[in-house]
Formats: sequence, structure tokens, C-alpha cells
Amino acid sequence: MTDAWWLMPLLAGLLLASVAGPLGSFVVWKRMAFFGDTLAHGALLGITFGVLTDINLTLALILGSLLLALVLLPLEQRSRLASDTLLGIVSHSTLAIGLVTLSLAQGVRVDLMGYLFGDLLAVAEADVSWIAIAAVLTGGLLFWQWRALLAVTISPELASIDGHPVKRLNLLLILLLALIVALAMKVVGILLVSALLIIPPAAARSVARSPAQMALTASLVGMASVMLGLWASFRWDTPAGPSVVVSATLLFALSLVVQEVRERKRA
Amino acid sequence: MSEAVLRAQGLNLARRHKSVLTDIHLEVRRGQIITLIGPNGCGKSTLIRVLLGLEQADSGTIERKSGLHIGYMPQKLSLDQRMPLTVEDFLRLTRHATRADISYWLQRLNIEVLAPLSVHDLSGGEWQRVLLVRAVLMKPDLLVLDEPVQGVDVQGQMELYNLIPQLRDELNCAVLMVSHDLHLVMAATDEVICLNGHVCCSGHPDSVSVDPAYLQLFGARGAAPIAHYTHHHDHQHCDHDHHLHTGEQND
Repeated sequence: MTDAWWLMPLLAGLLLASVAGPLGSFVVWKRMAFFGDTLAHGALLGITFGVLTDINLTLALILGSLLLALVLLPLEQRSRLASDTLLGIVSHSTLAIGLVTLSLAQGVRVDLMGYLFGDLLAVAEADVSWIAIAAVLTGGLLFWQWRALLAVTISPELASIDGHPVKRLNLLLILLLALIVALAMKVVGILLVSALLIIPPAAARSVARSPAQMALTASLVGMASVMLGLWASFRWDTPAGPSVVVSATLLFALSLVVQEVRERKRA
Repeated sequence: MSEAVLRAQGLNLARRHKSVLTDIHLEVRRGQIITLIGPNGCGKSTLIRVLLGLEQADSGTIERKSGLHIGYMPQKLSLDQRMPLTVEDFLRLTRHATRADISYWLQRLNIEVLAPLSVHDLSGGEWQRVLLVRAVLMKPDLLVLDEPVQGVDVQGQMELYNLIPQLRDELNCAVLMVSHDLHLVMAATDEVICLNGHVCCSGHPDSVSVDPAYLQLFGARGAAPIAHYTHHHDHQHCDHDHHLHTGEQND
């Protein structure tokens, strides 16, 4: 391999962060943070499934995540349990079942820490291709359906009267979320996936004046976090995934300061 | 007679074994202003939701003029603080709305100054007007207004009610409105439908206001604000003698 060792991790991180910005903005607006978390936890089941059936692990991960999203969506809408209770049950039970079954699968060695906390530096060319395809698909669909998705987010009822296919748009968003969550696990790990989705939009909120600005700023914040995190990881030999999340958190804190200063100026 | 834009026949709806709507017949014609009145919990909002297709009735039919455009102004719409959104951006999301339409209607309703403001900074009355602009931007054949003056001061309420017949003429549409403010409504409406699970009575405001069923629901002193009355008699039929009952309704 002639490329520098850091090229693939950097590409993977930047691609993911660029679509996690707009997608994460919807997660923030629609209060789906816990939903994303649950998908990430449940994705471990996908890995178990992949190990047991010996299919491509990335594919197993994506399929597991999409399947879980499809099962959760109607369950959440119909269940009498409060949504957070239901998600809490599914989230932790799938994580536990995944861990138990993985330990039972004989003769299989899976880098569990890698899945839990991400192993950005182990990202290979094949992973980057998966992520690139997913990023183009997600970015393209979000861009294409942007106004409709915003309308549905603002008010499902008004959107429905306007003639938007509300259910299909919600499904689209959930499936894209499942796809990106599955792939982001490689980068930041199961436990930190939703950080990549939530923190950049939260940082963008304090400076943005329109939904599109917030989504784009979130992309930029996410990409900056990836670069900062990788650099820190290289510089101080810290784990890459958590370093990215720490960088995002620092940028979020900085955005709060910017907002505070702005408001004082206005007052 | 002008064309019917919406016709509902024999609508029934039950929730948790309790009947909410019973055998509702309703016809809305172009150019007409119809007002639904009735005590809280009488099914006004549910009926609106069924007519809009947001909820399914258990039985009955709803016919819409083909290609019917509906402009709907909801009773309440709270936006998530986490989405930065200006009034103009919010209105731009209305299907088929052009910039020219938006600036025309903002001016028409005297709120063009609100355009660059954040939707989170508006007063209740300002937000109601923005929602009304959104409804008329749909170039509706049918304008549906659910409690359009909620949270609006008295002066603003008069203005809004005066505006509704003008909008009807300008858009050449039908208006279906929910209200529990009888007096303001009476002046600006062609037909009143008094609802209490079923249609108690309906007709021209003048005839409804002396209808025994209407008086049964709202009390003889139509001049008093109806919020002070509770509807606590065992309501089975609309044709009791109201003189015997009016006293009971005053809480």
C-alpha cells in the first residue's frame, strides 16, 4: 500500500461526518436520539448474525440495523409503553443478547472493543467504499427530499394535508439513520455513534439561522471533529473514535461561548 | 347553487366504546362560510380531523371535489425550539408557494414585518396570522380554520373575523371554521352547525340562535360568554323545551 496509513481513516471519518450533519439535525429536531442509540446497540446482534452465518460483517451489520429499524417503527407507534421505556428495553436487551451470543459462538474471535468503541485506524479500503456509497445515497436522498422532510418534521399533519407521503418520508429517514448508524460503528463504535449524530447539530444550532444552515454547519463541525480527533489520536496516541467525540464536544462548548457573546452584544 | 367542495354522509366514530360522532351529514359549498359550534369535547375537532383525512371514521362517506386544495389552519402548532426557522422560511415550505405569493399575503394580513423574524419569537396572535397566511398560500378551494382566534386579543379577534369573509371572496373558496365564540362568528357566517356528538341543529345564524337545541346547549342568554356554561345535562334529543332547562346550565 502506497497511501499514507491515515488516508483511509480520514476519508471514512470525513464522509460519515458530512452526512451525519444533516441526518443528525433531523435526529435532533425529531427527538430521535434514543432511537439512534437503540439501533446502534441492536447492531451488535447483526454482527453476531454475521459471525454465525459467515457473511460479510459490514453487510450483516447494515442488514441487522435496517431490520431492527423496520421492527421498531411500528412497535413504537403502537405500543402502550412510553417510547423511552420501550427503546430502553430493546436497546439494552439487544446489546446484552449480542454480547452473550458472541461469547457462546465457539472458536470465533471478534474484536469486541473495536465494535464498542470503534477502531477508526483499522478502517480499510473496502470499508471506505461501503461508507462512500452510503454517504452518496444518504446525502442525495436528503437533498432530493429536503423540503418534504422538513415539512413532515415541522408538522406531520400539515404535511399530510399538503399531500406529502408522511409515512414513507418517515420510513426513509429511519432507514437512512439505520444505514449510517451501522457504518458509523466502525468509526466511533456502538457506544459513541449517537454522539456523532447529535453533538455537531447541537453545536450548529447556536450559530445557524435556518434549517439548511444548521445541517451544513453540522457537517462542517463533524468534519472538523474528525480531523481534530485523528490528529490528537496521532499526537497523543489516544483512541481515535473517542478523540473525535471529545473534539466535537469541545466545538460544542465553543459554540455556546459564541452564542453567549452574540447575545450580550445584542443586549 | 354553487358546487359542493366537500360532502360528508352518515359519519360515525367511536373511541374506546364511546361514541364521538354520530350520523353526521355535512355539505360545504364554494363561497359558503360554515361554522361548527358546540361545547368542549363535543367532537368539533375530531370532525375536522376526519374531514381532513387525518383520522378515519368508522362508517360513512366523505366525497371531495376532485383535486380539492385544502388550506388548514390548526388550532395549535408548536415548533421545536431546536430548529432555527424564520417566518419566511416556514412559509416557503408550503407547497407551490412562490416568493411573490408570500410577500403578497404577508402584506395583505399586515404582517410583512414578521418575515425575517424567528418563528420562536412571535406572540400568539402573530403566529396565528402566520398560520393563516400558510393556509391561504395553498390557494385553497376549502379553507379550514380550527379556533382561528385562540390567543388573539379582542381587537385582533374582530379583525380576524372581519377578514374571513374577505378572504372567502378573494379566494372564491368555502370556509369551514370551528369556534366557540358565538357572537363574533354569527355575524360572519352563512350557516352554523351546532354539534354535540351529533348535529343538534343547523341553519342560518338567525334561525339557529333561536333554535331550542341551540339554546339547550348554550343557554338563552347568548350574550354571555359561553365558556361559563357547562354542558352537563343528559343530552339525548334536541327537541326538549329549552325554557325548562336553561337555568340548569348556568354553573
